[in-house]
Amino acid sequence: MKLTVLYFARLREALQRDREVVDVPASVATVTDLRVWLVARGEPWSTAFTDVKRVRAAVDQTMAQDATTLRDGAEVAFFPPVTGG
Amino acid sequence: MPVRIQRDDFDAGAEIARLRASDPRIGAVAAFIGVARDVNEGEAVATLTLEHYPGMTERALEEICTQARQRWQVADVLVVHRIGELRPTDQIVLVVVTSSHRGEAFAACQFVMDYLKTEAPFWKKEATAAGARWVDARDSDSRARERWKETDNR
Repeated sequence: MKLTVLYFARLREALQRDREVVDVPASVATVTDLRVWLVARGEPWSTAFTDVKRVRAAVDQTMAQDATTLRDGAEVAFFPPVTGG
Repeated sequence: MPVRIQRDDFDAGAEIARLRASDPRIGAVAAFIGVARDVNEGEAVATLTLEHYPGMTERALEEICTQARQRWQVADVLVVHRIGELRPTDQIVLVVVTSSHRGEAFAACQFVMDYLKTEAPFWKKEATAAGARWVDARDSDSRARERWKETDNR
């Protein structure tokens, strides 16, 4: 399954990239699965996802929960809690 | 239900005039302007840089405006949010709600800001004498949003 993963703010800086396309195994079904899979790749993901206290996610530009399921071709974004306004 | 994200400054007077124009139902206008401060967490802030998630940010703001319209009888809701580098005293965000009566305009305006603060994907980075730092989300903002959910349960 191919996914486009976007990173914002502190996470984007820590990973030194704002997006990447990943091809994940079928076992990666949810947002949590994807996060665990990314961290298992090692640096810089392991440190970046640990250092940012709370990481929120969006799937196809809608706020997601840990258990939100992913579809082939989905756009998944990871970012710290928002601070606009 | 306009939502705009822009680098340029905005003119609240002109925006309000446009919303009110030729709508005789409007008896109340509530507006909020968020402004960049020169101090945060005890440190002087030289500049503030705002990042957003193109596409999702617009959708999230539109969804918040839709919820406000479902909860209150409002004529119009406008959100203008700036991105890029801002300096102390610069305007950051404008929310305008027009309605027949003030109660709905005030409530809807506050609701939109409380949700914008916690649900709309924007991130602030501050430049201080000690270096650049990302602004942390505040628990008080989450509590402000939770109040509206408690109101739902009554």
